[in-house]
Amino acid sequence: MAPPGAGRGSEVGSVWHTDAVLAQFTTLREAVADLIGDGDTVAMEGFTHLIPFAAGHEVIRQEKRDLVVSRLTPDVIYDQMIGAGCVRKVIFSWGGNPGVGSLHRLRDAVENGYPHPIEIEEHSHAGMAARYAAGAAGLPFGVLRAYAGTDLAAHTSTIRTLACPFTGEELAAVAALSPDVAVIHAQQADRAGNIGMWGITGVQKEAVLGARRSIVTVEEVVEELVPLGSNFVVLPSWTVTAVAHVPHGCHPSYALGFSTRDNRFYVEWDEISRDRATFDEWIDQYVNGVDDHAGYLRMVGESRFEPGHLRDG
Amino acid sequence: MPDTTYTADEMMTVTASRHLADGAVCFVGIGLPSEAANLARLTHAPNLVLIYESGTIGTRPLTLPLSIGDDELAMTALSVVSVPEIFAYWLQAGRIDVGFLSAAQIDRFGNLNSTVIGPYERPQVRLPGAGGAPEIAAAAGQVLVMLRQKKRMFVGTVDFVTSVGFGRDGTGRPASWGAGPTAVITDLGILRPDPATHELTLTAVHPGVEVEQVRNETDWNLRVAPEVEVTEQPTTDELVVLRELKQRTEEAHRR
Repeated sequence: MAPPGAGRGSEVGSVWHTDAVLAQFTTLREAVADLIGDGDTVAMEGFTHLIPFAAGHEVIRQEKRDLVVSRLTPDVIYDQMIGAGCVRKVIFSWGGNPGVGSLHRLRDAVENGYPHPIEIEEHSHAGMAARYAAGAAGLPFGVLRAYAGTDLAAHTSTIRTLACPFTGEELAAVAALSPDVAVIHAQQADRAGNIGMWGITGVQKEAVLGARRSIVTVEEVVEELVPLGSNFVVLPSWTVTAVAHVPHGCHPSYALGFSTRDNRFYVEWDEISRDRATFDEWIDQYVNGVDDHAGYLRMVGESRFEPGHLRDG
Repeated sequence: MPDTTYTADEMMTVTASRHLADGAVCFVGIGLPSEAANLARLTHAPNLVLIYESGTIGTRPLTLPLSIGDDELAMTALSVVSVPEIFAYWLQAGRIDVGFLSAAQIDRFGNLNSTVIGPYERPQVRLPGAGGAPEIAAAAGQVLVMLRQKKRMFVGTVDFVTSVGFGRDGTGRPASWGAGPTAVITDLGILRPDPATHELTLTAVHPGVEVEQVRNETDWNLRVAPEVEVTEQPTTDELVVLRELKQRTEEAHRR
C-alpha cells in the first residue's frame, strides 16, 4: 500500500531505483502526513544519539496505526508510540531504557497485550546492523557468524543458516531490512537538502539508503555543510525525500554540538511510563496537547537542553 | 584516612577490574562491566582500549555513561564508527581481546539469558533482549561475566540462550569462535569453567565468604575446586578511585 505522496522511483526486479530527485523542504507535520501511511514499516533510527523524537510525537498526534516499527533499541521513542497505540509489530534487538531499566509500555504490550497485543521480531544488534546494511546494498540478506547455539534463530523467521560456498562454514543469514520509510534526525542540512551528521551515527545511513522514502529532521539549515568531528557522514540530497528544520527534534536524546543527553528525563520516564494512567496523562499533555515540537519544547522548558560542548579543535 | 571497609559490590567490581590487563582491547557493556573497565583504566591499566557498541573506539570517559551512546563516550573517543562497522570489522573480525557481559540468568555451562524469564511466547518477565551480547560472547578472545550471585540467577538451565557459553551440554561451542567465558565474577567469588567439561566451578571466594554461602546461592550442585583461593581485598587506592568515579557519575547524571 503506497501512502499519498509516495511514488519516487520504480521497482525493477528486487532492486529499488530512486530517481535523482532532490529532497523537499517541508514541515514535519506535512512530511509525516504525506510519507507515513497506516501499516507502513518505519525505521526511526539513531543509536542513543540523534533519536528523532519530534517525528515520533508527530506520528502519535496524527494517530498513525498498525505500524511495523524497527530500531536496534526501541528506546523511549517506541515506548511512547507503542503505549499510544500506533504499533502493530516491533522489530528490535535491545528493548530497555538505557542505564535505567525496562521500557514499561513495551513490556505491558508484550506481557499483557495492552493497549493491544503486538508482535515482536527479535535479533541481536549485529543481526539488525547486517539487515540494514543488506537493505542499503540492495541485497536480499546479510551474513554474520554468530547466532549458532542461541535460541533466537528458533523464534525469528528472518534468521536462517547457510553454508559458506567457499569453505562450507555454517553462517547465519538475516533477511534484508528495507523499510517503507526511514526517519532520522541530523545536525545539519544545507540549502540543497544535503544532510550532515557526526558523533555516534549508528545505522542511520544504512536505514535511509535502504528505505523507499525518508524524512530527516535537522538542528540547523546552513549555506554549506561544514565537516565537524572525525566521522562526518553525508547523505546527498537525492537520497532523502523530505527535510524539516526541527531544532532539538531529538530531545531527550541529544545532538552532539547542540545539546546534551537529558539523562534526567530518561530516569523520570521510568516513573511516568510505569503506570498506564500517568503515561496517558503525559501523552495528552506533552504530545497531543501541543501543536508541534516547538510547543513540546515550551512545555519541557528551555533549561532541559543546555548546549553541548564542541570537541576541541 | 579514607574509609577502607568495602561492600560486596565493590569487591566484585575491583576483582573484575583486576582481570583486565594493561593494553588489552575490551568491548564493554553498560552497568557493572563499564564500572569495572573504567576502574581498571584509571588504576593499573592506563592503556586499556575501551570499545562500546555505539561505535566509540578508545574512549576515555571522565564519568560513567548512563547509556551506551552518551556524548561523553563520543567526545573522548579516538574514533567513532558506525554500528554495522563496529560489529563487523572490529568485533566479528576478532579485534577484541576481552568481552565483558552481564545477564539475568546464567547456567552451569556459562550460557547467558537476557531475553525472557518463562516461556518465550508468554513470558513472566520480558527482559530487554540480546543487544550486542551474542556476538560478544561468540567473537571476543575471551569473555568475562559479571553478576551478583543469586539462586534465581544461577540456574541449572537458562530459560532462553541469548548468548552461548559452552552450549546446553557444555560441548556446543563452535571451534571457530573465541575461548568463551573464562571467569564469572560475582559478589561472592569467582567461577571458572572446568578445562575438560566446561562446567562452571568455584575457584575463589572473596574474603570472609564461605563456600557454603556460594552453594546456597547456586541452583545446581556447584562443583568446587580442590583448593579454593581467597581473592585479595580492595586496596585503598582502588576504593578511592572507584568511589570518586561513582560520585562524579552521580553528579553528572543529576544535572
